[in-house]
Amino acid sequence: MDRNYLEIVKNSKPAQFGLLIFIFLILYFLIPQSENNYLWRLPSLLKGIPLAINNVIFNALYEWFPLKVWDPVFEMYEEKAAFREFTKAVSQGLLFLITVVRELLLGGDKIIDVFVNDAWLKENDWLSWPALPWTATTVGAFLLGYQLNGIRLGLLGGIGALYISIFGNYVPSIQTLSFVLITTPICFVLGLSFGIWGYLDKKVETALQPVLNVMQTMPQFAYLVPIIALFGLGDHAGSIATIIIATPPMIRNTILGLKRISPEVVEAGLMSGCTKPQLLFQVLIPAARRDILNGVNTVIMQCLAMVVIASFVGAKGLGLNLKIALNSLKIGKAAEAGLCIVIIAVILDRFTKAWADKQKNYFENLSFIQRYKFLIIFAFSIVIFSIVAFISNGYFDKINYLYVIPIEKGLTIAHFIDAGVDWVWETFFYSLNSFNKFLLTQVLGPMKQAYLGMPVIATFTLAMGAAFIVGNIRTALIVGGMLLFIALSEYWDRALITMYMGSFAVIMASLNGIILGSIFGRTERGGRILLSFCDFFETFPSFVYLIPVIFLFNITDTSVLIAAIVYATVPATRYTVWGLKSVPLSLHEAGTMSGVSAFQRWTNIEIPIAFPTVMLGVNQTVVFSLQMVILGALIGTEDLGQIIFGALSRTKDGAGVALTLGIFVSLIAICVDVIVRNWAEDRKKALGLA
Amino acid sequence: MSPTISCNSVYKIFGPNANRLLSESNGSVDAKKFQEAGCIVGVNNASFDVNKGEMLVVMGLSGSGKSTLLRCISRLTDATAGKILIDGDDICLMNNKQLVELRREKMGMVFQNFALLPHKTVIENIAFPLQVKGISTDNSMYKALEMVELVGLKGRENYFPRELSGGQQQRVGIARSLAVEPDIWFLDEPFSALDPLIRKEMQDEFLRLQGVLNKTIMFVTHDFDEALRLADRIAIMKDGIIEQLDTPGNIVLNPATDYVKKFTEDVPREKVLRIESIMDAQDPNASDTLEVSKDDIIETVAEKILNSKEIIKVTDPKDKSIVGSINPSKVIKVLFGG
Repeated sequence: MDRNYLEIVKNSKPAQFGLLIFIFLILYFLIPQSENNYLWRLPSLLKGIPLAINNVIFNALYEWFPLKVWDPVFEMYEEKAAFREFTKAVSQGLLFLITVVRELLLGGDKIIDVFVNDAWLKENDWLSWPALPWTATTVGAFLLGYQLNGIRLGLLGGIGALYISIFGNYVPSIQTLSFVLITTPICFVLGLSFGIWGYLDKKVETALQPVLNVMQTMPQFAYLVPIIALFGLGDHAGSIATIIIATPPMIRNTILGLKRISPEVVEAGLMSGCTKPQLLFQVLIPAARRDILNGVNTVIMQCLAMVVIASFVGAKGLGLNLKIALNSLKIGKAAEAGLCIVIIAVILDRFTKAWADKQKNYFENLSFIQRYKFLIIFAFSIVIFSIVAFISNGYFDKINYLYVIPIEKGLTIAHFIDAGVDWVWETFFYSLNSFNKFLLTQVLGPMKQAYLGMPVIATFTLAMGAAFIVGNIRTALIVGGMLLFIALSEYWDRALITMYMGSFAVIMASLNGIILGSIFGRTERGGRILLSFCDFFETFPSFVYLIPVIFLFNITDTSVLIAAIVYATVPATRYTVWGLKSVPLSLHEAGTMSGVSAFQRWTNIEIPIAFPTVMLGVNQTVVFSLQMVILGALIGTEDLGQIIFGALSRTKDGAGVALTLGIFVSLIAICVDVIVRNWAEDRKKALGLA
Repeated sequence: MSPTISCNSVYKIFGPNANRLLSESNGSVDAKKFQEAGCIVGVNNASFDVNKGEMLVVMGLSGSGKSTLLRCISRLTDATAGKILIDGDDICLMNNKQLVELRREKMGMVFQNFALLPHKTVIENIAFPLQVKGISTDNSMYKALEMVELVGLKGRENYFPRELSGGQQQRVGIARSLAVEPDIWFLDEPFSALDPLIRKEMQDEFLRLQGVLNKTIMFVTHDFDEALRLADRIAIMKDGIIEQLDTPGNIVLNPATDYVKKFTEDVPREKVLRIESIMDAQDPNASDTLEVSKDDIIETVAEKILNSKEIIKVTDPKDKSIVGSINPSKVIKVLFGG
């Protein structure tokens, strides 16, 4: 009899999970809650880590490798730390580039100032680069879209630019755009180089993988304080933060694209007598063109998703306006700025995608004018609109509307939005409020308490046990090791709160995604429509999701969780649709001939086969949820994110705290990733799909 | 005259410790033992020569090591041990620069899945080996156009590979491999990804080209009929070992191992064997009116011989001298067995 039970547990995973949960519950209720009990909470042995990181940073900045630098003003040598000089140079270089692009588009005299005498510049008012008139920009956006993919894309670009201009968001939008224009090429070059290096050298790729994992799961906030410490505040700091966030996907896309090239194509290149550089530039990179350009698209999207966060370290533009509006609870203004970010994101997204898909035609026999007609029209429109704007300088007093419509003078619908929000708020106050209260007191509150009441030994048993069941002893040790790192710090309780919010969002979002995907993804058409919705929602920078919920549910866990759920539903839905699509037609036919009902088809054929793919979606959901939960700290939640955010104002050990906690969040995500991925692989093998 | 390609005890073993295991084995490699040690034997002690203008077909099923052998000789992979001489030079000892030089001057290769560069048009693909060599755009395009005509793709120069059918894509692959006018032509299952009808057409085209160009060829295939049809000599491989290397006729008549026999059993002899292999000594009673060449495939002359009902003279096509005779009964034996 005994042996029988053992056999069952040995062979059946559900039975193993059952046993695991049973042990977990025993531990949960048996371990007394006492600060002296190490089974309840581990001691904070790693308390010193944030300070240590901080010391390393400051040491590098102020003491490590001093250089003698000649100071021309005081005419003497000064000792300066090499690293500090390096970060200064990087900052100044970036700032200069951003300023150049901004001045070219918005006008000004800062760049001219570099080349001419100060006094002379002050005397001569005319010495100033003129702004690019918004009219010309609008025409340019239309023409570019038109050339990339026809009239519809042209209209999207033109109308988008027109809206931004006449609603008075031209200046901040161009500031944001200039930020993207400088950051994207840097990410492109860095990502491409590391990607190629990783492709060529297996060791480099192996070393890159964990670094990329941490970088991509680390909350964006965590980078801000160290960046302020190293590079100071300003547009360049925002740019550096964005580069750190946006380069990893570019590296991954490059490696993926290069790996997807058929080995025969590489061999064909070699047998054609290519040298190594020829192989790289004439065979590998062009053959991976599409994936690489998709990487560029991701980079641009990341740049826009970062604009608000970058504004915390001093980046100007739409992000800053949005942040200020949100801080002063001006929903209308915030929504308008948010809409502009979305518009720019959608336009750039469609433009880069069209560019990635556009094929070159080598053999068109076109004359110079035919080939460059759009460029010529654009050049003409710049000249004409500039002249018109310049002449009408005398006509307008103070503000020349033909260059730029300033934000106070632009059209606005902020009042309508505010009124609308007020109306919703007044009309549905009781229902919204009672829903909010119900959720907080009946669901979220108890759930939070349950998480906080979990003895540390029970948490470890559950996580390591699950890892062991789906993987092996090694998986369990990896997961245990990562959790131990957090448990030995003083932030375990905060981490538990993060886990509670994260798991709630992940469960809800996964359910939403799987249900939505299953309902609409069953037909070809439904799936396509759903995927295009996913595309659309994915272009929204994460921050935009927070705007509506804050005004419906105030600053509570509810708002953050709803934003996280909506945000994270997108990948869950997408992967469910992909998973259902991967079910082979022959299986469907076999099911039909066996006479399955729609529900039986779903439970017996579709879900089992789609499961590994759906799990990859759940994996994404975890990353998305955690990002949003941490972002929620911005509006006030009390998990790890709040301390990371709070670190912005801590000078002594801020950088260390932010980095450490960022890594904690990343470790939580990676733990879940390890378990889920192993599970998916396991199922894949069982289905013979691997 | 030394052979164009000469392989001497070539081994290719995949996996860690391949070198150590090989040196411990003293040249007799047992695939099973190596597999237990985590190594896979790709090529096991291959030794053979290919003479100038000869076509050697390497035939084997998937996993037999035929493609690996071809890649060792083109040095797309490095052989674990052994000597591979191309015109007397050991390519295993060449540095990267020499290798690039060798491929630019002497080698061309055609791939199973065409391996065309997706971002280049037909003409650009064909001109690619010329351009990496540093030949000017005008000259390389001119040469590439010549190649386009040679493989019968005129009018499609500016198509992208994705706009072509499989057969047309492989024509581009063939043209590209011939663009530098190589002496040695490697073909790795060039027709395996094509429909049976197109495959037949491409084989004919290939024979026509070889008739004009007379290259030294190594041709890899898993199709025994294709091997019989094209080869001067066939090497049959199994588990990395060359089981038999001989002319098609000898392989069909005298299969060296049971494995080879499995392939030859169902082959219609009359389609493979030449008169030479069944002829008798000269016979004074032979008919004066008819004669056949010793190189004729039996099937093509069977009707003629059987209709005559007499013993017929066999001649050498080179000098028209009489080298033997053929009795219709022998032909009947080949055709109907017994």
